[in-house]
Amino acid sequence: MARTRTPVVSGWFTENAPDGGGFRLLGTRCSACTAVFFPREDAYCRNPRCPGGGELAEVPLSPRGRVWSYTDGRYRPPAPYVSDPAEPWEPYTLLAVELEAEGMVVLGQAAPGTGVADLAVGTEVEVVGGVLNEDAETTWVTWQFKPVGGAA
Amino acid sequence: MSAEVAVLGAGMHPWGKWGRSFVEYGRTAARAALADAGLGWADVGSIVGADTVRSGYPGYVAGATFARALGWQGARVTSVYAACASGAQAIGAARAQILAGLADVVLVVGADAAPKGFFAPAGGERPDDPDWLRFRVLGATNPAYFALYARRRMAVHGDTLEDFAQVKVKNAAAGRLNPHARYRKAVTADEVAASAVVADPLRLLDICATSDGGAALVLTSMDFARSRGVADPVRIRAVSTVTPTYPRTVLDLPDIATDSTTAADAAAGSFRSSIARAAYEEAGLGPQDLSLAEVYDLSTALELEWYEDIGLCAEGEGAKLVREGATALGGRIPVNTSGGLASFGEAVPAQAIAQVCELTWQLRGTAGERQVPGARAGITANQGLFGHGSAVVAVR
Repeated sequence: MARTRTPVVSGWFTENAPDGGGFRLLGTRCSACTAVFFPREDAYCRNPRCPGGGELAEVPLSPRGRVWSYTDGRYRPPAPYVSDPAEPWEPYTLLAVELEAEGMVVLGQAAPGTGVADLAVGTEVEVVGGVLNEDAETTWVTWQFKPVGGAA
Repeated sequence: MSAEVAVLGAGMHPWGKWGRSFVEYGRTAARAALADAGLGWADVGSIVGADTVRSGYPGYVAGATFARALGWQGARVTSVYAACASGAQAIGAARAQILAGLADVVLVVGADAAPKGFFAPAGGERPDDPDWLRFRVLGATNPAYFALYARRRMAVHGDTLEDFAQVKVKNAAAGRLNPHARYRKAVTADEVAASAVVADPLRLLDICATSDGGAALVLTSMDFARSRGVADPVRIRAVSTVTPTYPRTVLDLPDIATDSTTAADAAAGSFRSSIARAAYEEAGLGPQDLSLAEVYDLSTALELEWYEDIGLCAEGEGAKLVREGATALGGRIPVNTSGGLASFGEAVPAQAIAQVCELTWQLRGTAGERQVPGARAGITANQGLFGHGSAVVAVR
């Protein structure tokens, strides 16, 4: 039986951005003060100087950004991170990426094949869809970052 | 100064992995602090417990738990949880009660029995909890965040792995002289370099362990201290418990992203620097007046950032201070004379209280081989998850 592709968190990204841009992270933007939130904030604007009365509309975030910092995880993280304890641990690479237009830094795992040796602070990366983990029924989809034009 | 309270007693349960209940550690620390103050539990009008937690929420109601362990005697009780800032908030609550005239003698207690390995959130599916989300979606442990800051410092300020190792070497040298510390052995830079990489670029010996431990303080009004014949006690002059300012533009655990700057520019300085600034303003002194500081060295690299955030040097110059030996025992401004988290490990609700215990002993001149000669003023700095600031200024 085919597994269902399901976002690991619903509403945080789309695989088909409305502007035809493919995979994009989704935030929300306050119409009263222009504050952007990721992860999305749907209930209220968190800018203390917001004049109020606005609405929070879904907005795709910039598809590209620059590496603010990066690291890896040489030891298996605890649950709820999903990994098979019977398999040897494969370190993942973690990136903090600065999105210039939004003025924010977003964390994400690197796409498979991108290690810390492929990165530097300032490296341009793009957001892509990837698989976080799979179980019997579900392929859990997430966002990943990879250097623009392949590994640097 | 009328807004001061006296520290009449300080006590600890030694840090380590003892396999006992946090209640026992807290009770031992409390009895030690009371004995140090020359007071009995019956003299205490209020007890404030820094809560220990399991999994992002207070799993044990600590103020009453410690009161029960000491024997119910009817004292006013308060329990506080603010992650790593719990101890500072407990001190803040105790101070407010004393200054408001609600109590003359307040016992502040924090203790924990930490799990082995990485801190982790509670089980179940809890996507509303940012702490749960960062593990589920990213596998981002606390050391992963420490490593992001470390790598960023290397790229922006030119810090090196050797600089980070020197922080461990320095703190281990101080912890070796502290009977309450868990690790009491000298460490060399080679040993740091040879330890396993946990999260690149940080190694095992760059990152603090999780530990059991307990710490307690007896705080009183200045009048009470004088009535007991203590004319010149160590005094707490400021307790900073500030929150960040929007937009918060420095990534911090457990957040997956910073605030955006689309609606407002970031304020000058970091959240961590605002914690110290609030403490200095309240105390009416500045970094130039300090004899020593205790800062939250979750990682070696983070200690260098604190040097800048508490104003010991300009931004980016933290590594220079450790290279010069300025922050070592015997240096111009010793930092983490207790040995810091590098020597103690994290016992979350106890550590901010333990920092003030160290200031107390230093300001009394009873810190033994760790003593900073003629210590007159010190600051503690710390930060709790989810936006809790924590700093205490004590003077003699």
